[in-house]
Parts: sequence; structure tokens; C-alpha cells
Amino acid sequence: MVSNAIPIPGTQIEARPWVDELHQWVTTVDHKRLGILYIASALMFLAIGGVEALIIRIQLMRPHNDFVSPEVFNRMFTMHGTTMIFFVAMPVLFGFANYLVPLMIGARDMAFPRLNAFSFWLSFLGGLLLYFSFVGGSGLYGAGSAPDVGWWSYAPLGARAFSPGHSSDYWTLALLVSGFGSIGTAINIIATILCLRCPGMKINRMPLLVWMNLVMAGMVLLAITPLSAAQIMLLIDRYLGGHFFDTQAGGSAVLWMHFFWIFGHPEVYVLIIPCFAFTSEIIPVFSRKPIFGYPVMVAATVCIAFVSMSVWAHHMFTIGMNSYANSFFTLTTMAVGVPTGIKIFNWIGTMWGGRIQFKTAMLFSIAFLFQFLIAGLTGIMMAASPFDWQLSLSYFVVAHFHYVIVGGILFALFAAFYYWYPKMTGRMLSERLGKLHFWLFLIGFHMTFDVMHIPGILGMPRRIYTYEPGRGWDTLNFIITIGAFIQALAILVFLANLVISYVKGARAGNDPWDAWTLEWSISSPPPAYNFATVPTVASRRPLWDLKHPEDPDSRYE
Amino acid sequence: MPRKTSTLRFLAQTILLLFWPAMTVWASDPKGSSSNGTNIFAPASTPAKSIADLSVFVLVITGIIFVVVLTLLLYSVIKFRGRATDAGREPAQVYGSTQIEVAWTIIPILVVVVLFLATARVIHAIQDAPEPAGTLDVIAIGHQYWWEFRYPKLGIVTANELHIPVSDPSHPTPTFVQLLSADTDHSFWVPELAGKTDLIPNHPNRMWMDPQRTGVFLGQCAQYCGTQHAKMLLRVSVDGPEDFAAWVRAQQNLAVEDTGAIAGKRVFESNACMNCHAVAGTAADGRFGPDLTHLMSRTTIGAGAAKNTHDNLRLWIQDPSAIKPGSLMPAMKLSDADLDAVVSYMETLR
Repeated sequence: MVSNAIPIPGTQIEARPWVDELHQWVTTVDHKRLGILYIASALMFLAIGGVEALIIRIQLMRPHNDFVSPEVFNRMFTMHGTTMIFFVAMPVLFGFANYLVPLMIGARDMAFPRLNAFSFWLSFLGGLLLYFSFVGGSGLYGAGSAPDVGWWSYAPLGARAFSPGHSSDYWTLALLVSGFGSIGTAINIIATILCLRCPGMKINRMPLLVWMNLVMAGMVLLAITPLSAAQIMLLIDRYLGGHFFDTQAGGSAVLWMHFFWIFGHPEVYVLIIPCFAFTSEIIPVFSRKPIFGYPVMVAATVCIAFVSMSVWAHHMFTIGMNSYANSFFTLTTMAVGVPTGIKIFNWIGTMWGGRIQFKTAMLFSIAFLFQFLIAGLTGIMMAASPFDWQLSLSYFVVAHFHYVIVGGILFALFAAFYYWYPKMTGRMLSERLGKLHFWLFLIGFHMTFDVMHIPGILGMPRRIYTYEPGRGWDTLNFIITIGAFIQALAILVFLANLVISYVKGARAGNDPWDAWTLEWSISSPPPAYNFATVPTVASRRPLWDLKHPEDPDSRYE
Repeated sequence: MPRKTSTLRFLAQTILLLFWPAMTVWASDPKGSSSNGTNIFAPASTPAKSIADLSVFVLVITGIIFVVVLTLLLYSVIKFRGRATDAGREPAQVYGSTQIEVAWTIIPILVVVVLFLATARVIHAIQDAPEPAGTLDVIAIGHQYWWEFRYPKLGIVTANELHIPVSDPSHPTPTFVQLLSADTDHSFWVPELAGKTDLIPNHPNRMWMDPQRTGVFLGQCAQYCGTQHAKMLLRVSVDGPEDFAAWVRAQQNLAVEDTGAIAGKRVFESNACMNCHAVAGTAADGRFGPDLTHLMSRTTIGAGAAKNTHDNLRLWIQDPSAIKPGSLMPAMKLSDADLDAVVSYMETLR
């Protein structure tokens, strides 16, 4: 499967003026360029959301600190949460899905390239709308403000009586608009996977990354639609005299919670399943073994998707549901632990008996396993609803979900960056800077989020801009803040690595990791049309078959 | 291999860090001590105690899972690391094993069943507990950013500092609290007495506690409710039977009429103060802010934002946002003379 790059008129011209280049990027419908645009915009928002996190941490560094006012603090945690979930995590994962899914199934583009571009620009517009609230939040006289209702915007805090002005409208519009973008991308991923697989790629031969993105896209359709519906209902409440969530006129605050969390919990899996996908590609390659238990991995993923649709009210154990409802959601939430545990065992089974190469991508993947294990176990603790009556809304829960999102999702994402950056740019990321990034981030992460569990146990609620001294929280918060700055430093190393390696990195060649999926059969970066001739595959690891004609996988499947 | 040793060291440290909370918590268990913190592992009441017991059980089970899986992970990372002698040879290509997959599916299912049954028992015991005869009923109403407490059977209205009787296990006198909200969502959380329960408008909730030692228990609003969510603090004073009866008698009285503070009373009633605050036995019957009838019986002002001292009280009335920015009480812009008069009137409300 040697790639013989065909020059296409108009794409191979050297030294175009930058305006042309920019025009090419803005009008592109190429899945690879859109993938990179998604990733770049997510990195931009990551930097912004990171600065917001640092402002929060400086304020909480010591009791009665007055670095920012309570109003600013509340805006910061609202914007931090909203930005990181909707404008960092989702876009960056969609970016990788966009880039990798067509390459891995031997397709030349996504099924609907223009819908793809439309979806990206909608998501990006959503992010801009959210940040426009800083200038336009209070109307046109310039004294803007960002939303300060928390990233759940619980009713009735989001009602006009408690949130006047337009700042929370920008929040609503940002989620609504980017939500439509997400739905478009999900439809596109599903259609691409179902319709554009190359000859021989039966559904049980798809790489696990493709399988998991298929499941993720299905979940996006089920999770984002109720969120969009709720946002529309909120707009009706605020502007058309509706009373869905307006408690002062008999509306229901609890209804909003149900709408939000029936989105919010599947959303966690929308974010983590693509990260399972990265891990399921990276661990086999650096262990030099195929994934252990492919069919079980697929079944576990589908199982997680189904069960995770019935766990949402574990975010609501404190709202006074009756004992039967609390028991039901305790059971379903604990049940998710089973397929998730199976996945962790299968990854360990993949490493077992292998010859593990500790490249930076593998280091991040191993750390992902370790941290995801802990995040899962603290999740089990909070699934026990009485335990959650103590832990919920405290810093323990903040530590738990940052363990999932940073320790899990972000670590897996960094692994994906180190693994696929050579394919995207044609250059290797520096391993030296990569290891520095890894160890700095690991130390910072554990300093921040391991310690953060303790103030929760000692009764510190989340979302407070200051606290009383003498409750045993002071030193802990100081350590947490130092850890946050170490993480920020590590992110700077990472960004520097991205830039320096783009210019000076070693040439990657087609297949720097001696890997087995189709994207490594073509040049790095791939040509616009991906495959000069559409490949034909006979097993789950087409490049293994090619490299080991004496012992191909196709013999065993 | 220096890299491997640093991996090991890091993992050892992380395990220690993970178990550190549990260790510090148990080491500092303040059984019998009079100062109460907000530690969920220092329970002083039945619901908090059964939660803490369940928590220890769950911690032990998850701790065992952690050690087992971590051992497997560490073993495979160390044992199966690539060596220079491999020189390009690939390991045996293993695709899976049905027996192993079945084993690591069934064992977690059994663990989940055990955890669920233990949890369901505690849920039922706490949520479906009957109200015994000696129950004290209290209504807690969450406001932006303070707590209103009503004792419907005793005719008491107070704020921010809840007084309840100690409960003798052989003759329980638990307190059942009905939770309401006047505006946004709040959450009632006194970690050493019970888990938290939200106060949601149009959605009455209920919680209970039967504290078994006296003292002041701290807590605060746990559900983000607006600008000053952080300073919506909560104090529960658990009194012995005589102390509680004395407190009830004092609270049931109308406000003391002190002729020395008549000027301050006039300021209070001729300004907007009385629109929001009530003083029983006078014309002031506002309900938007805390009831001030027995203000001086409370140790803090501004829902725990400051100690109830002369200077703090004066500063609070002059400009609440100096103590609690975002508080819904406006600065009254009183002249110094009026300010002093109204503060001395407040100080007569015992």
C-alpha cells in the first residue's frame, strides 16, 4: 500500500500569499483541515479556560483573599466550566474524530464535507458568542459581564428575576448554536462510518477508535438534543413569558435539573469514550500486541453507552428524590463500573506479555489508566448515594470530575497529540520536551487534584469565592494552587513543543511508530484525497498483514 | 533503568497521597472533644454516623480494588517493558481469552451487588425513618444569602443560628427539618450532623438529625445560590434539655422595650429597615430579611459573615457590602447620629 502522491493542480503550489492560505483554511471542506481547525480552536479556548482556572486558584490560595470580587469569581468558574466542556473537550475530540475516522476506514473524506465545515463554524461561533458576553452582557453601553450562573445554570438562578441583562442569554445561545454544530458532526461521523468503509472493512474489522467514535456520535445525538430543547425552553421563559423553569410562577426547578443532567451525564461518556478510543489504539502499538478482547471492548463500549443513559439523576441525589429513586440510580451508576472495569482489564491484558516502549504517548496512556482507575473508584464512592449526600457539591466532587476530565480525558488527549502529530504535520514532536511536559504535568496534576479531595471531606463546598480560616482547608488550598501553576507551566512546555517541532522536528515518514492502521500507510501529512487507490483490508490490522505476510491476522479472524 | 525507579517512586507516593485523607481523618477523630469542625468522618448524629460507616465500607472495598488493579498494572508495565535485546522481534500476538473475560466480568458484578445492597439499606434507614413522639419540627427557608428558621409549634422565628435539643439515644428527641426556598436553590449542609439536602423553590424537602453531643456545629449553603453563596454560613447549636428550654422561653418573648433606645427605634421605623426586618411586638414586620427580635442572642451577623460585635454591627448597618459584597441589604446612608442610635437600639434586642 505505497502511497503514490498525485499532484493536484492548485494544491501543490509553493509560497502562496498568506491571504490565499487563510482563504483556503476558512473555506476548506477537507476533513483533515477541519480536524486541525477544531483542534486549534480548542487549544485557544484551553488557554483561556486555563487562565480562568488560575484566577480561581489564586483567589482560593488563602482564606479571605481579595484577589477578585465575588462577582468576578462566580463569572470565572462559570466560564471555566462552560469553556472547558463545550469549547475545549468536545471540539478537540471532534477534531481528532474528523481527522482520523476517514483515514482509518480508508475513506477520502467525511460523508458530508460541507455539513462538516458548517458544523465546525457553528461550534466556533458558539465559543465566540460565549465570550462576547464579556462586552455585550449588559447591553450596549459597554459595561459587559460574563454569565455567573454556574455551568449548569440551575433554575431559577438562570431566570430573569435572578439573572437580569443578557449575560446568561449569551451562555444559552452559545450552547444552543454549538449544540447544533455537535449534532451535525455526530450525524456526519455516523454516516461516514456506516457508508464509507473501504472494501473488506466489515463492521467487526473497524479499528476500535472508529467503533468508539461511532458510539460517541450516537450518544451525542441522544444527549445534545435534550440540552438544546432545554435551552429553547429557557429562552421562551426569559423572553416569551413561559414558565417551564420559572418557580415564581409555578414552574419547576427540578425539571431543569433533569433536562440538564440527562444531557450532562451522557456528556461525560461522550468525552471519555473517544479517549478510550485513543488509548485502545496507542497501548497496542507501544505494547507490540493487538488489543486484548476486541469483541469485548466493543460490547463494553456499547454497554456503557446504554447504561450511561440511565444514570443522570446521580447528579441529583441531594434534591430530595425518594428512597426508591435514589436506590435505582445508585444501582445503575455502580453498574457502569462493570463495563468500564472490563476495559481497564483489557488494556492491562494488552500490555501483558508485550514489549512496552515508553514513548511519551505511551507514558500519557499509562498515566491515563492509573488516573482513570482512581476516578472510577471515587465515582463508585459517590454512586453510594448516602456517601454522596456528604460528598456532592463539595470539593471532593470537584476533585473527582477533574480526575476524570484532566487525569483521564486530557492525559489521553496528550497521548493522542504525541501519537498523531507526526501524521498531521509530517514532523515528530520532541520526545525530550514531551517527557518534560509529561512529568511536570503529572506532578502538577497530582499535587492539585489528589489534595483537592481532602477539603471536600473536611466540609468545603464548591463555588465559594472565599472561606473562613481554621477549618483545616488553608494549607490544602495553598498546595492545590501551587499544583495548578505547575500544570500551567507544563501546558506551556506542550505548546512550545507543538510550535518548535513544527519547524525543527525530525521528519516523521509514513509510519514512525510501526503501527497497523490505515492512516500510517499514506504520507505524513496525507494528501488532500487521502488514498491514491482505495485500500482493501482483510483484517483488523491491515498494516500488520502487509508487514508480516508469513503470519497475517486475517488467518485468525 | 532510572526511568523505571522514578515511575515506582511516583506510584508509591501517589498511593500514600490517596490514603492520606482517610488517615488524617481517622487520626483526628475528635470524639468527645467540644470543638466541632465540618469533617464528614466525625459524625455526631445518627444519619451522619450511618453515612460515615457506609463510607468506610465503600472505601475499604474500593481500596482493595485499587490495590489489586494497581498491582496488575505495575506488574505488566515493569515486567513487560521493552528491552534492548528485543531487537525488533515482536512478542506473541494474543487476541484475547474468553475465560478471562468472563472472570473479570462476573467478579465486578458481584462487587456491585454487595455495594448496592449495603447502600440501599442505609438509604432506606435514613430516608424512610419514622418521626418518633419527641420530635422537634423546624422549617428552614433558604434566602439569598441567609437562613430563616421557624418553629411552628413553638411560635419562634429566628435566623442563621439553629438551636436544637441534644438527643439521648435511649429517649430520642430528633429534629425534623422541612426545607423550603424563598428564591433560588440552596442546600442545607452540616457535615457532622447529616448529609446535605437541597432547598428548592416549589419542591419541599425534609431532613432529620439527632445530635448526641452538645456544642455548636458548623455548616454552610452547599448549592450555588448567587453572588454571596460563600457567606451563607450556618450554625447549629445543640443544647442540653435545660438550655434548650431556656432558649425557647427567651425566644418566645416579644422584643424588650428599652426606653433608652427610643431614638434608635424611631430611626429603625422611619427608615426602610422595617420593610424587610421584623421585631416582634413593634410595628416592624418585614419578612424579606432576618427577624431581629432577639438579634443579640445570636453570635454572628450577616449569616455568619462577621461576629456580632458593636463595631461589626455598626459597619454592617452603615455598609453591608464592606463585610459581604453582594448582600441584598442596601447601605442605608444614615447620619452618624442615626447610625449610633439604631445600633444601640439593636443592642437592646436580647
